[in-house]
Amino acid sequence: MTALQEVPAQDAQAPAVVRREALHFALRNGKLVTGLAIVLFLLLLGLLGPVLIGGTPNAYGTRPMQPPSGEHWFGTTTFGQDVFTQFVHGLRTTFAVGALGGGIAAVIGMLVGFVAGYRGGLIDEALNMFTNIVLVIPTLAVLLIINAYLGVRSVGAQALFIGLTSWPWAARAIRAQTFSLRTRDFVDLARLSGANTWKIITREIAPNMSSYLFMTFILLFGGSILIASSLDFIGLGPTEGISLGLMLQNANQWSAMQLGLWWWFIPPGAGITAVVGALYVANVGLDEVFNPKLRET
Amino acid sequence: MRRYFGRKLLVYGLTFFVAVTINWMVPRFMPGDPVSSMVARTGASNPAAAETMRVYYTGLFGLDQPIWQQYFNFWATLFQGDFGISIWAFPTPVSEIILGAVPYTLALMIPAILLSWVVGNWFGAYAARRKALDNAVLPIGYILTAMPYMWLAVLLAWGLGVVAGLFPVAGGYSFSTRPNWSWDFFLDLLHHWTLPFASLFLAALGGWAIGMRNMIIYELESDYSNYLSALGAPQRLIRRYAFRNAVLPQITGLALQLGVLVAGALVTEIVFSYPGLGSLILKAIQNQDFFLLQGTFLFIVLGVLIANFIIDIVYVVVDPRTRAGMAGAQA
Repeated sequence: MTALQEVPAQDAQAPAVVRREALHFALRNGKLVTGLAIVLFLLLLGLLGPVLIGGTPNAYGTRPMQPPSGEHWFGTTTFGQDVFTQFVHGLRTTFAVGALGGGIAAVIGMLVGFVAGYRGGLIDEALNMFTNIVLVIPTLAVLLIINAYLGVRSVGAQALFIGLTSWPWAARAIRAQTFSLRTRDFVDLARLSGANTWKIITREIAPNMSSYLFMTFILLFGGSILIASSLDFIGLGPTEGISLGLMLQNANQWSAMQLGLWWWFIPPGAGITAVVGALYVANVGLDEVFNPKLRET
Repeated sequence: MRRYFGRKLLVYGLTFFVAVTINWMVPRFMPGDPVSSMVARTGASNPAAAETMRVYYTGLFGLDQPIWQQYFNFWATLFQGDFGISIWAFPTPVSEIILGAVPYTLALMIPAILLSWVVGNWFGAYAARRKALDNAVLPIGYILTAMPYMWLAVLLAWGLGVVAGLFPVAGGYSFSTRPNWSWDFFLDLLHHWTLPFASLFLAALGGWAIGMRNMIIYELESDYSNYLSALGAPQRLIRRYAFRNAVLPQITGLALQLGVLVAGALVTEIVFSYPGLGSLILKAIQNQDFFLLQGTFLFIVLGVLIANFIIDIVYVVVDPRTRAGMAGAQA
């Protein structure tokens, strides 16, 4: 619980009453607290697990196809690999792809959305057209082509390409929000006082939709994880190391289902579902904290 | 309305152009040399044979010509419907292999997408502002949207296929039969189709239900709803109006979700070894069959563009504001 309280605690130090009110509602919001607790638990497991357990995730063991036991918590694969070791390493990769891919997509989405929404006119037209084009192209299909031609695939490259292709909806949403803010009085005032575009966007517009931006990032984070797991499953995952998607791919490739090795394919899928689902639920909670209209009673 | 369709068609045209350009660019500008990897894969140990193959493949890609000419040649062959020859199923043309797989993918995707959209919207609209139902629909919806498509497919295949033995878990039809126009074969197809369909349907269902629920709550808070209830209109009527307004963003959402749905269908097919485009992609990747992979890519892009256009037409039919030239859907 200590780790849980640390995140909102940073807000509490700010003097603003609004922040303290947000914290008040944040700590009392069941969805936010539960979602964050699950995400933080899995994050810690992914960060600390590999350190505590040691060993390499793909090392072959001597006891293949063991069901879960005290020695192998999640059992072993057909090659004797320990599923729990793979799971904690995979969690780490999953969070890395989510943070990197979601982060890159959020940065591009914000840049395009802010500039298009604030500048308007021809720049908006051009950026909007560009956004629509990237939006219509099926992301996974593009990633398939790119990754198939990459000889050596790393987690970083995977996250980079996911980030480069999954930003359009975020850009559209941020553009719409910026559009509604740009005619407000305080923005006019900043413009009159001679602030340049960059300063107005970072000082006036972005802080006024910070909660919205944060929630966009969470959705992009979850989306990146799901896309990465699909890529891994098709066989275009990282060439080295392990991820939850790769575990599913291995299980499917070596017929874990037909052999009845349920402990091989249940944990990785459950891990992805838990991370993404908890993020979505926490997002709904955040929405309620920031938007009084949505709060229950 | 002409302007609306004009804009849409321009975006789709440009998208196709960009997709073809990506398709042309990736093999040429990615690190690594596809020609040498293809030569290496054939395992020609004799240097003279390897050199002959290198020359053959270079000529096949047209890599010995200037870049701009390669690009125009690429478009020219494309318009002749020539996607190259598959390496995995040599010497069948790629277009023939893809056309054989497309019906399976469409038979899986179209019913699953449409049904999940209709049923999901219905559930969501019904659950909104009904405490007990909402508390059930919301968590289930979130779990379903967070689930990777392939995991749900694996769970269904394992539970209903392997353990319960109710459904086959691999292939589009029994391995002992050949495709023919008999009633038995149709039943066999249906039997194999059920699980992949159910998996796709369920995975997509949650997102629609949640989206609809949120839209209905939003609509029920709007002025016209408050006005109607102040007039004493029955709740049923207000909900019906709310539903009509809430469906519009859901139609746009369907267009936005197409890419995700296609991706979901591809991995679902891989789990069930269903003989559609997903399994083709898997084979292309496993066999380093780049022609097949690139052909499939273009087919998928084309399919998504056509589907987008159909959704645009439906939107115009459903939303009268777009027809009157008023602010309705934005291009």
